[in-house]
This record gives sequence, structure tokens and C-alpha cells, in this order.
Amino acid sequence: MTDEYPKISIRNLHKSFGSKVVLNGLDLDIWPGESVVVIGGSGSGKSVLLKCILGLIEPEDGSIAIDGEDVIGMPPKERERVNRKFGMLFQGAALFDSLSVWENTAFGLIQAKGMASQAARPIALEKLAQVGLGPEVASLFPSELSGGMKKRVALARAIATEPEIVFFDEPTTGLDPIMGDVINDLIVKTVYDLGATALSITHDMASARKIANRVAMLYQGQIIWIGPVDEIDHSSNDYVDQFIHGRAEGPITMQVRA
Amino acid sequence: MPVLAAIGRVVLAFLGATGRLTIFALTGLYHCVRPPFYPRLIAHQMVEIGYYSLPVVGMTAIFTGMVLALQSYTGFVRFNAESAIATVVVLSMTRELGPVLAGLMVAGRIGAAMAAEIGTMRVTEQVDALVTLSTNPFKYLIAPRLLAGLLMLPCLVVVADIIGVFGGYIISIYKLGFNPATYVKNTWDFLKTVDVVSGLVKAAAFGFLISLMGCYHGYHSKGGAQGVGQATTNAVVSASILILAFNYMITALFFGT
Repeated sequence: MTDEYPKISIRNLHKSFGSKVVLNGLDLDIWPGESVVVIGGSGSGKSVLLKCILGLIEPEDGSIAIDGEDVIGMPPKERERVNRKFGMLFQGAALFDSLSVWENTAFGLIQAKGMASQAARPIALEKLAQVGLGPEVASLFPSELSGGMKKRVALARAIATEPEIVFFDEPTTGLDPIMGDVINDLIVKTVYDLGATALSITHDMASARKIANRVAMLYQGQIIWIGPVDEIDHSSNDYVDQFIHGRAEGPITMQVRA
Repeated sequence: MPVLAAIGRVVLAFLGATGRLTIFALTGLYHCVRPPFYPRLIAHQMVEIGYYSLPVVGMTAIFTGMVLALQSYTGFVRFNAESAIATVVVLSMTRELGPVLAGLMVAGRIGAAMAAEIGTMRVTEQVDALVTLSTNPFKYLIAPRLLAGLLMLPCLVVVADIIGVFGGYIISIYKLGFNPATYVKNTWDFLKTVDVVSGLVKAAAFGFLISLMGCYHGYHSKGGAQGVGQATTNAVVSASILILAFNYMITALFFGT
């Protein structure tokens, strides 16, 4: 792939649920090899954005192009081929309960790439080692793991197929600050090792500063600010300032329902 | 016109749900016959549905057969028609009670389990995770369950028929003092192939419906533990009602004039 196309190019994306408009003409370009972090408050539509790109939610209007290919309305077969470029770390890890740790890690290799399970096991163990998990964990089941370990296994699973694009959905939510930082380090390292493009969504600024090349702020269904991570403190954007300093007062008013 | 609007809303919601369910069923069937297949998952579901439901279906069948013999005796003895008991037992079991009771028991056991399992996978994003790992949830989760339901319920009903008839036999011989040879002869003489076949067709339809309801409600569950609980209830209730409705329709197809 050349650098002529953005890896992911989103134009004028619209999505609402009933009368609630979640994405309202969102534009975003992500270039090959960079790590973009989308920040925004809870319920601002960050997850919906990821799910639209993955094809889990159908947007009402707009276009999403992956490597220059428009993926909206693509036939399922084609869509599956494009989805093979993706790896995703889910917020709650989303490990398969019925499968052991190594089977979870090897899932993409066995199911999507048709690898035999004997061949996939050593690769799974290697990926688990990359996220700091030893072979003694491999035959445990997800229910026997701590939150931080689950995230690591989920990370190993997301990178096992060596995807070109990796999505991270709130990678540090629910972890203590130290484990959160460990996961951030692992994300930076694994994405760098893969040479992959990364798109993360988070409301954890420490995490955003660590893993981002560029930061985009999502507010009211649009990207209201995007820029390199070092400029985020001098964005001269009141919304961004309020968010990164976590102030209750400011232009952003949280919808607090009774 | 608030009344008309309310009626319209209900009708539209009903039609929408019917359409969604039909599309879901057709998509599921399509993935049953298109590769890739997951033979290990199908086998796992077949064991889960077929083998592990044997005790509950067997218990249901034997008590049903026993009570049929007992009840028809108390009725028929007034008309000196005791010899019809064997026929009543075997026809009721194969045509109606075998498939319907096995279906209802399996709906409670399997439909609930499927809805809970797939529902939990849905709310914990495991279903989405399948998609990101290039695995079609319909192929991986739903098709094996539909196939297993379709194939295993008829097997369970064959077992239920045999055990039920045997239950009737035990009561007739050891409690009501019938002649064993005559009882067996009466059982066979009035049993036609269509009685068993219609029962097995029903069983296949019920098995499909149970899996379909379990998968459909699980797949569309939302909102955490409460949503999964709701999905489980809906799966069992809708499967049970559909079993009874389809039972009537299939009976009318086979035996209606």
C-alpha cells in the first residue's frame, strides 16, 4: 500500500439511534503507520464510530474507505476480506469463555487463516509471551484471569493475525493506573513492532498522551479538534481544554439525566 | 387519532418483528448449507441437545405413557372398550404427546441455555469479537445450533415414543392385568407409518424452532444481565407457543381432510 491513500478515510458520517443523533457528519483521515486517539466524553459516539468502521453498525450516510476502498454497502464476502486487516481490543476484553487462553489467542489464526491448531499453538504462545504472559497461563480459561491479564490476552489475540489496523476500545478502563500504564506500553510496543496503524478511543488522558501520535476530539458527533499529541495543551480550543483538564465547568455540558 | 396511531404502532412493530425473524431464519439456513462448516461445533451441539436431554425426555415420556394407560382405562372400562387402550397409548404418543412434550421440555432446557449463552456473548461483545476475527457469527454460533436442533429432536422423539409406549405397557400389564401378547398385538396392528412420520416431522420442526428462538433472542439481547434474562424468558415462551401452533398446523396438514 502506498501513502497516497489514507489507511482509513471517513467522510460525512451520520448515525442516529431513534431521535438521538450520535454521529453528525464526522470526517477523519488516518494515515498508514500512525496512531490516532479519539477522545470524548462518555456517550459521545466513540464506540459507535469504531463499530461503523468495523461494519458492526451500518451508518445512515457518509463514506468509510479502507485503503481507498469504500466499505459501506460492500457485499459480505468482500467485507470479510477487508475485516481481515483489522484487529480489535475490546473494552471488556470479550474473550470467548468456552475457549482456553491459547485457543482465544489462536482463534483468528485457526478460523480466519485456516491454520491447523498444532501449528497455531506455538504462535499463540509467542504472542502471549510478547504481552508478558508465560506458557503456564496458556491453558487457563478466561474466568480464571484477572482484569489486567484478560486485557493482555485480548491484546495478544488482537495482534495474533498481524493485522494492518488495530483498534483499541478504552484499553485502560477498569484497570488500576499501574496496570493501565503497562497495557499502554504494550500497545505502543506491539503496534510499533507490527508497523500497524492504530485507532484508539479513550477518555483516559494519560493513556491518550502515551499511545497517540495525533489526538482527535469528538464532540456532538463531529471531530472538533485534531492535532499532534504535543499540541494538545496549546490547542486554544475551549472544549479540548475542558476535557483534558477534566473540569466540570466549561462549554461542554454533560447530559445528566434524572 | 391517538387510537388509530396506537393500533398502527402495534401492527407495525409486529410486522417488523416477523420480518426480522424471517430474515434471521433464512440467513441462518443459508449458512447451514454454505461452507465453511464447523463439524466440531455441530457435534458439540448435537451432544448437548440430543444426549443430555435424554433423561428429562425419557422421564417425561414414561410418565406420560403410564398416565395415558391409566386414564384411558378409567374411561374405556365403562364401555367395555379396554382393548383400545394399547391403540390410544401408541397413537397419542407417536402423533402428539411424544413430539409436543419432548419439544416443550427441550425448549425449557436448550432454548433457555442457547439464549443465555449467545445473549451473554452479545452483551460482553464476544459476538462482535467474532466478526473482528473474520468469523461469521451466523456460521459459528447459529448454524450449528439450528442444524443440531433440526437433527436431534427427531432422535429424541423416537426414544420418547418407545419409552412412552413402554410406560403404557407396564401399567396395562402389571397394574391393570392385561395379556402382554394381546397388548403388543393391539399396539402394532393399529400403528401406521404416517403416525410415526408425522410425529418425526413435527419433531424436526420443533427442534428448528427451539434453536431459532434461542439464537434469535440471544443474538438480539441487549443491556446486560437484565437483557439476557429477558432474552431467555422470551426464547422459552415464544418457542413453547410456536411449538403448540405448529403442532396444530402440521397435524392439519397430515390428517386434516
